[in-house]
Amino acid sequence: MQAKDIAELLNEPACAHNKKEKSGCARPKPGATAGGCSFDGAQIALLPIADVAHIVHGPIACAGSSWDNRGTRSSGPTLYRIGMTTDLTEQDVIMGRGEKRLFHAIKQAVDSYSPKAVFVYNTCVPALTGDDIGAVCKAAAEKTGVPVVPVDCAGFYGTKNLGNRIAGEAMFKYVVGTGEPLPVPAELQRPGITVHDVNLIGEYNIAGEFWNVAPLFDELGLRILCTLSGDARFHEVQTMHRAEASMVVCAKALLNIARKLQTDHKVPFFEGSFYGVTDTSNAFRDFAKLLNDPSLTERTEAMIAREEAKINAELDPWRERLRGKRVLLYTGGVKSWSIVSALQDLGMDVVATGTSKSTEEDKARIREIMGDKTKMITDGSPKALLGVVKEYQADILIAGGRNMYTALKARIPFLDINQEREFGYEGYSGMVELARQLALTIQSPVWSAVRKPSPWAKTSVPGIELGA
Amino acid sequence: MAEILKRNKALAVNPLKASQPVGASLAFLGINKAIPMLHGSQGCTAFGKVFFVRHFREPIPLQTTAMDQVSTVMSADENVILGLKAVCEKSKPALIGLPTTGLSETQGTDIKRLVKDFYAAHPEFAHIPVVPVNTPDFTGCLESGYALAVKATLEVMLPQKSNEVGKRKKQVNVLAGSFLTPGDVEHIKELIEAFGLRPLVLPDIGDSLDGHLTEMESSPLTVGGTPVSDIASMGESIATLVLGNSMYDAADFLKAQTSVPDFRFDSLMGLEAVDAFVSALAEISAKPVPEKIERQRAQLQDAMVDSHFMLGFARIAIAADPDMLYGYARLVTEMGCEVVAAVAPARANILQDVNAAQVGIGDLEDLEIAAKRNGAQLVISNSHAVETSRRLGVPLLRAGFPQYDLIGGYQRLWVGYRGTRQALFDLANMLVEHGHHEPEAYVSIYAQRTGEGRATPASGQTH
Repeated sequence: MQAKDIAELLNEPACAHNKKEKSGCARPKPGATAGGCSFDGAQIALLPIADVAHIVHGPIACAGSSWDNRGTRSSGPTLYRIGMTTDLTEQDVIMGRGEKRLFHAIKQAVDSYSPKAVFVYNTCVPALTGDDIGAVCKAAAEKTGVPVVPVDCAGFYGTKNLGNRIAGEAMFKYVVGTGEPLPVPAELQRPGITVHDVNLIGEYNIAGEFWNVAPLFDELGLRILCTLSGDARFHEVQTMHRAEASMVVCAKALLNIARKLQTDHKVPFFEGSFYGVTDTSNAFRDFAKLLNDPSLTERTEAMIAREEAKINAELDPWRERLRGKRVLLYTGGVKSWSIVSALQDLGMDVVATGTSKSTEEDKARIREIMGDKTKMITDGSPKALLGVVKEYQADILIAGGRNMYTALKARIPFLDINQEREFGYEGYSGMVELARQLALTIQSPVWSAVRKPSPWAKTSVPGIELGA
Repeated sequence: MAEILKRNKALAVNPLKASQPVGASLAFLGINKAIPMLHGSQGCTAFGKVFFVRHFREPIPLQTTAMDQVSTVMSADENVILGLKAVCEKSKPALIGLPTTGLSETQGTDIKRLVKDFYAAHPEFAHIPVVPVNTPDFTGCLESGYALAVKATLEVMLPQKSNEVGKRKKQVNVLAGSFLTPGDVEHIKELIEAFGLRPLVLPDIGDSLDGHLTEMESSPLTVGGTPVSDIASMGESIATLVLGNSMYDAADFLKAQTSVPDFRFDSLMGLEAVDAFVSALAEISAKPVPEKIERQRAQLQDAMVDSHFMLGFARIAIAADPDMLYGYARLVTEMGCEVVAAVAPARANILQDVNAAQVGIGDLEDLEIAAKRNGAQLVISNSHAVETSRRLGVPLLRAGFPQYDLIGGYQRLWVGYRGTRQALFDLANMLVEHGHHEPEAYVSIYAQRTGEGRATPASGQTH
């Protein structure tokens, strides 16, 4: 990938913060950087497409330590769970046999697994040695008759965030617009309901959480042409250009594809979230607004009223257990402000939140929701996080899996909010699961047990006294 | 305080209970060169023997007074005398345990008098202690039979009051309850030895039923276990550790007889329970807790923190003898679980302290019904609960007697920081593996995905 292409991807005009500075796309600092590379970001964005063979072209480190490491779920094919890599050897690198191996690898994947398409993820070593993966993919597609999509995402191109965009770019360039949706069958038409086609972009169906929300789309007559990329199929990505509206679900990761759908195919989009009662309701309202269908608006409001009443009744006992608990929120990919509103729905008090990955827009929104007293944290090191937990007397740390053991070793309750988690929190019913998991860890008897010094100890143990 | 639900049905379905004579036999099997002889029909012994052989995967010495129709009606006293004589002549045991059964108790045997009669008739065997114990199977369960046998052993071996506490400065008595496996007993001995003390465990199934190949190809008696001569020296120890509420009665006798101070523990699973035990060892030995044990404690704490995500709010069903039921219920509730079904086969004082709203006296059917009603996610019980848990669709953690379908289950370590840690890991893994916490897969009504299949490699391919 050429420098000017990378620069273009970094300059995402739909990002409000790009008018000021590229805070979301800052260069990594040697010796002081956490987080994944472009390959990581690209693979994570596309891997959930379930009927595709995902081949990582490179030596083992890239695929070897990352395959099968994601919590996304499929309702059908499981091909995406099968790890595939060219596992380049020293001989391949020296003798320049990478391209040849890749070609045969693609052929093998097609022969063995009959995928709907093959995605080839380029990595640092072949990018350096100059493998022309675009040409190999083209040749392999001609030979096998299966679409083969190059995703040029070598790790050294930049951050995980950039990788997300590379993935979006690859989809837009090679896949979107190459297929047409089937018409809605007559028997699925309901009187008084116009079926609208929509896209969800950046929804990954972690732990199957989107299945909490999906039935509501059906109820309202919103046909999801494609979810990029949770529980998606290759053919669905091909048809995204025919949607009437898109929702960008997770942060800015795949904003570029939403923007290009808007400029090239006139598909309007909005940003939203399915975390929390309020945001879930707002997401449906925004769809109704963009689709400009009075009947849909009416049915949406009725659905929201019904679901909110139902879920609030279910949440009340949990709210009693969680009210006033103090939260330190340190999120990565998931929008901080969205989780904040979910926690506030539960009566919890978010005392501090991480903003190192948030854009200016996100920060403004956090201030709007939480007021100025909330601490914004940019230093996500374990020491700094624990310092904030102590200073603000937080009852729980909510963060990504990598911070789990920071919290646990310091004897602090923890909730995993990132993609590796095992529980789905989206939608109305997801809130009950969220509340349950919060109560489970905050009220666990293990904390007092591990904070108490041993009966024979003369000094106290690390950690801080728990709140009541 | 748990509400105790009495047995309220005529038919026991999928019984949980193992009998008192079986329990008493187990206690005698923990004494070196000993043999239990059940005073009953030969079936009482044969079933008990198979029960233990399948569980321990060891040959089990077990004899019978072989009551037949005539002796049952007329008098079986002679069976006891003859039986004792035969065993003494043939095997030269260091001790004979003589539990009664439902049959001999109903007949009305006076087992203690029969032992006196035996010695009177055969003074040449006066040096072989015979321990009679009343253990009808129409009352109690394995645990109570075991406890009665331990108490009876003390009564026979320590007939006189003594006052020689601490004559053996490092010797610590351990009255080991029936909830302990051979692996548990072994670990307990290691913990005690780590404080520079010498454990005298009664009974010591950790030495006799631990499963080890010996030079001896066969033996009609137990190989390993508490040496009989040691039992007589229990009055000279500096302290007694009483493990299990069911052993308190035996402990009362030991204390009254010898004045050796005792430390009592209802459970040795979970941080708090093990802390209490280790503290007692530190106190008795007047030594600091060794670094190795501190480390094991820290490892357990880490495991508690790691596994609380899976165990928190987990709904557990437990069926086991009272001490074991109490121990597991305490362990899992300390991790944030809820015990939603608890069943014991017989009454015991400890049941009211079980961490559950209700404890039923009953069988595995009672457990199944309660587990189903209350949405249990995991069952802790013996191998008989395999079908129970299968019908419930939840995993089974095998604990207690018998475990005939799990090799090595008999020696598993449950107690101490180490045993607790592994128990937490296993519980957490089972809950994860059988967890259904994710939303059901939903396929949109508008989805037009035809011919979807699972990914499997095409057959017949070679590369």
